[in-house]
Amino acid sequence: MSEAIRRFGAGGVAAILAGVAFWAIMLIAGPMLLMVDLAFRPYLPNPADVGGPLDVHTVSNFAKVFLDDLNWRVFVKTIYASITVTIISLLIGYPLSYILVRSTKSGWVGILMIGLLIPFWVNEILRTFAWQLLLARYGFINTTLTAMGLIDEPIQFTNTDFGVQVGLIYAYILFMIFPLYSTMESLDPNQVDAARDLGAPFWRIHWDIVIPHTKPGIASGCIVTFMLAAGSYVVPELLGGTRAIWFTKLIYLQFEAINWNLASAYGFTLVVLCLLFILLMMAVFRVSLKDIAR
Amino acid sequence: MSATTIAAPAAPAKPWLTSDQVLQISVALFLTLFFLYLFLPLIYMMLVTFNDSRIPTLTPWRGFTLRWFVSMWEDQRMWQAVWKSVVIGVAVIVLAVPLGLAGAVFMTRMRVPGQSLIYAVMISPILMPGIMIGLSTLIFWDRQFGIGGRWQLSVLGQTSFIAAYCMLIFMARLTRFDQTLEEAALDLGATPAQVFRTIMVPYMRPAILSAATLAFLQSLENFNTTLFTIGNDITLTMYIAGKIRSGTTPALNALAFVMVVFTVIAGIVYEVLRRREVRAAAARARAAQEAELAVGAAD
Repeated sequence: MSEAIRRFGAGGVAAILAGVAFWAIMLIAGPMLLMVDLAFRPYLPNPADVGGPLDVHTVSNFAKVFLDDLNWRVFVKTIYASITVTIISLLIGYPLSYILVRSTKSGWVGILMIGLLIPFWVNEILRTFAWQLLLARYGFINTTLTAMGLIDEPIQFTNTDFGVQVGLIYAYILFMIFPLYSTMESLDPNQVDAARDLGAPFWRIHWDIVIPHTKPGIASGCIVTFMLAAGSYVVPELLGGTRAIWFTKLIYLQFEAINWNLASAYGFTLVVLCLLFILLMMAVFRVSLKDIAR
Repeated sequence: MSATTIAAPAAPAKPWLTSDQVLQISVALFLTLFFLYLFLPLIYMMLVTFNDSRIPTLTPWRGFTLRWFVSMWEDQRMWQAVWKSVVIGVAVIVLAVPLGLAGAVFMTRMRVPGQSLIYAVMISPILMPGIMIGLSTLIFWDRQFGIGGRWQLSVLGQTSFIAAYCMLIFMARLTRFDQTLEEAALDLGATPAQVFRTIMVPYMRPAILSAATLAFLQSLENFNTTLFTIGNDITLTMYIAGKIRSGTTPALNALAFVMVVFTVIAGIVYEVLRRREVRAAAARARAAQEAELAVGAAD
């Protein structure tokens, strides 16, 4: 520490420590701890009761998630739908990343990479709005299908879980592709060429060489995609409407109803769910946190 | 790829397509379909602006018009929302860039007990769902200080995770920092403040620029954290979400058109600058290495 003071001066060190302390305590740890505390206390409509004898620690808020039939269904649906989104993103993202990595020598890759990034620079709401225009009852997809004579009646895409999932994949697939791409990039192409020359069919090459090497990328891609999908608010709000409700919407509804205790409990449940998913991925792919965070 | 042709014996009858060609065609098809999927929605959204129809759709086509740009331009509420977003974005830069720099210097140049725990805390908002950051920020400031939802709280909420992005950018650059420069300046009698101003800041300038750009763009596009903290104020993303929910005219598409064009230009400029910076750094490293070799040869 005396070394740091010599370098930055006592004032400099004080400023740095004050900045770190403000950020870590006032912006992150304080809010999070208070939220967790609130989650384990009952909602007391009368402010005078807060801190009084009624304000005790309890798990009653969490009972609402797991015992209320509607909440429970929404919670399970969110998990299931987010896993579907993650798997489909992986199925599209894996071959795409492999193609990009295998063609790094051609001049196309630079352009393709920029092309990948551009849609993700655009505001998430606008990207979702674009899909709303496509999926709407009289939107592009329905009018095209009707004009081609493939369907007689417009298909209901919006306000369905299917529509939400389509939007979620579009919104977050890049977060699957990037970790996949960067881990595949470090694979020595000679390994693949050698296997091919020795007559290995393509699925053996992937199963025995590419996938084992890419495991940390697959794990972190799945983790990020799942967390973004399960924690998404905009996409289900715009594409799911009032019919296809996401768990995040339940949090917002409690927040609006000024029941911050219940909102906190729902939110805490979501965070715990994400942590469990991280642990699951680490176990499935047998990777450590260090591999994933690379 | 070429080695397979050597091993292949003379085929009795040449197939219509070789397996390599089939592979190439399917790869090209896959790439084409994927990039169509990425871009068609955005292009469709932008084209709709020019259809002279009250509902945002391309079919039926009712003729070319620019009137939706006009009605977008004349929308006062939109301009207020834009202004609020810019104010928040600038405030986030002012707060997140110094905090990120402090965090980066703290992590790379100081040693204190429990440092890795503090690092985990500072990095955790990146992994936290945005709505949780928003909710916890609101609860904390409302319950502890009686400050309810308003745009200043959005600044604090957004800063908590944007500062983490800034910190990562700064840490990447600080690990390549040549500390002997500081040492030399201190030995020659410079004060720590002078060293910071004349050595650290110029060295960090490219990283500060990209952190500030990233901070502003992240703030501008944020929805989840803002939703819980904004109170009665309205940012651009809140305005757009409200428009979409209430059913909208193509004036929103006009706004989307402008925003997409702006984002793409800003994004390309950012990317080009970043790549140039990477190349320049590589060139500097090469030059330094060559100079070192030359000195070694002269000895």
